[in-house]
Amino acid sequence: MTAPAIEVSNLTKQFGGKAVVNNVTLSVRKGEIMGFLGPNGSGKTTTIRLMCGLLEPDSGEGRVLGHDIRTERGAIKRKVGYMTQKFSFYEDLTIKENLDFVAGLYGLPKRREAVRETLEDLGLTSRKDQLAGSLSGGWKQRLALAACVMHKPDLLMLDEPTAGVDPKARREFWDEIHALAHGGLTVLVSTHYMDEAERCHRISYISYGHLIATGTVAEVVHNAGLTTMIITGPNTGEAEKRLRGADGVDQIAPFGATLHVVGRDGDRLRAAATRVAGETGNVVNPAETSLEDVFIQLMSAATDNMQ
Amino acid sequence: MSRYFSFGRLWVLLVKEVIQMRRDRITFAMMLGMPLLQLILFGFAINTDPKALPAALVAPTQDRFTRAMVSALEMTGYYRFILPDATAEGAEELIARGDVAFVVTVPSDFGRRIERGDNAQILIEADATDPSVASGAISTLQTVASSALTRETGATGSSLPVEIVVHRRYNPEGITQYNIVPGLLGVILQMTMVMMTSMALTRENERGTMENLLAMPATPLEIMLGKILPYLGVGGVQVAVVLASAKVIFNVPFVGPLVVVLAGVFVFVLALVILGYLISTVARTQMQAMQLTFFFFLPSMLLSGFMFPYRGMPAWAQVLGEIFPLTHFLRLSRSVMLKGAGFSTVSGSFLALIVFALALALLALRRFRKTLD
Ligand SMILES: Nc1ncnc2c1ncn2[C@@H]1O[C@H](COP(=O)(O)OP(=O)(O)OP(=O)(O)O)[C@@H](O)[C@H]1O
Ligand SMILES: [Mg+2]
Repeated sequence: MTAPAIEVSNLTKQFGGKAVVNNVTLSVRKGEIMGFLGPNGSGKTTTIRLMCGLLEPDSGEGRVLGHDIRTERGAIKRKVGYMTQKFSFYEDLTIKENLDFVAGLYGLPKRREAVRETLEDLGLTSRKDQLAGSLSGGWKQRLALAACVMHKPDLLMLDEPTAGVDPKARREFWDEIHALAHGGLTVLVSTHYMDEAERCHRISYISYGHLIATGTVAEVVHNAGLTTMIITGPNTGEAEKRLRGADGVDQIAPFGATLHVVGRDGDRLRAAATRVAGETGNVVNPAETSLEDVFIQLMSAATDNMQ
Repeated sequence: MSRYFSFGRLWVLLVKEVIQMRRDRITFAMMLGMPLLQLILFGFAINTDPKALPAALVAPTQDRFTRAMVSALEMTGYYRFILPDATAEGAEELIARGDVAFVVTVPSDFGRRIERGDNAQILIEADATDPSVASGAISTLQTVASSALTRETGATGSSLPVEIVVHRRYNPEGITQYNIVPGLLGVILQMTMVMMTSMALTRENERGTMENLLAMPATPLEIMLGKILPYLGVGGVQVAVVLASAKVIFNVPFVGPLVVVLAGVFVFVLALVILGYLISTVARTQMQAMQLTFFFFLPSMLLSGFMFPYRGMPAWAQVLGEIFPLTHFLRLSRSVMLKGAGFSTVSGSFLALIVFALALALLALRRFRKTLD
């Protein structure tokens, strides 16, 4: 068993007295695709920055690719590809100039060739002299990904790489990420999309700076211990009204003509759902709990903790 | 490539910076056009040798000698007598209000004394609140007066007993005529260098490209040099533009050795660029960088001796003036360009500039954020 690609423990980072990352312990195996999820402002970007040496942790330590995140930043930077949440290549340079800049900074031995190949892989050879700022959002993301794998890193950290990208491009993006992982690359990717989370080998969920769930999707769903019932029928509107605040019901969400009802206590939830369905002339069926249900549950639980 | 410094990486950073600079057309045009424009504007607007200045004449007896004097003065082009028959009190009030720049008083016994061969006097009072106004007008006086009277009396002797008494009023200290161009060199450099450099780096922070740059293997020293060197180059071009046009357009005397001026300019520009860099480590946005630049720019312009004679300022202001590199640069460039001073004479100013550059460089390196904290 080889050493993990990322191994950090008890990382804490404060901004203005507020712990934005709080005691985060995380381990990512080599060749694994780890999804990093959590609501806005939960500390995903900050955690990633801590791990690639862009921020100094207030406490805690860790090793990335075997290098200490406090003292061996230079080594980490040479081996990690980091794609920032916001496009952060030069918009006033052309596509080719940007790639050339990156290749030069990493000191790639065959710089011109590397740039040419990357342009070809991207399918941007004919547009290489276009300013990067004039690319559409999806293309910018592709360019950024291409630029940060050019130096053949061992670890990729992608911060919401597919925000604002159309479904087809997103699927291609993920195919690319899987291809890279097959080649032995480790990937840590933050996202807000559930379908993307399901394409990861494992996921971690962070909320208010606390890492509160880690594991495969099935494990995370299972560990949440939730029960889900679906109510269908002619009168789901009335059922929704009656179920609000009912005993054992934690979440109600209408999906088209159906109603998803989620609760922590299976027996009480089933009782409530069956009763209301009967009263309103609807049908009730048990269902699989989805990852989204789990996250919404985790989010409201965390808010309760904060208050 | 080395861990801590690599010329390869520095070169990559420089190329990128120059491409960006060139692509930002307006800024690029400004960097080269602004010195020229400012020089011409300032140079011509701040005329140190103004002509046809309004004057009042107080001459109780208008004899032929008086008339000869007055027309001779008008011939110089400096004087325009708007009030040829003023009384002493009237003239006093005019000059106090600033309606006239000169009051020429020819005493009533002027003609008689000339004829008798006695000592004759003419009093010229100049409004020297702006000291440069009067200097040209006054400098020509003695010759004008002598030749006018020589013609009038028909005398051949070289020593005519006319004495012209000049009172520079309100400000006894006159400044040199060509003060403005060497000064302007300093001011233009200060303005563009500090501002451009500070903006160039805050732009990286503002647009988020800094995060990417820091995530790649570029070291602080490389990033700093990559920002500073291109602007040093721009400074060099500006210096050439200003010095060449100073020579061609304004014919500024250039007495001292050019190398000394250039060496001084180099250290000065270095200090400025590093200052700009330092500002950019404090400012979060380009707007803040601009404001900080002006916060520094205005007092240094006022207290350095560019706007007002340094020796005319109160002691505390002089002490304050010492903390601006511009003050020392002005001393250096004026001494060398106008007074022909050599290296040894201006070594004090040199030293001061070097200390500035070193101190700022140390501070800048310390302030550089290796991380995004
Ligand atoms: N440099 C900073 N100074 C002060 N506060 C900061 C700084 N960076 C982040 N924060 C705060 O830390 C918190 C977490 O931010 P972070 O960007 O890590 O969240 P995130 O999980 O990436 O959110 P999102 O999904 O919206 O990208 C936020 O409340 C943010 O305001
Ligand atoms: Mg984020």
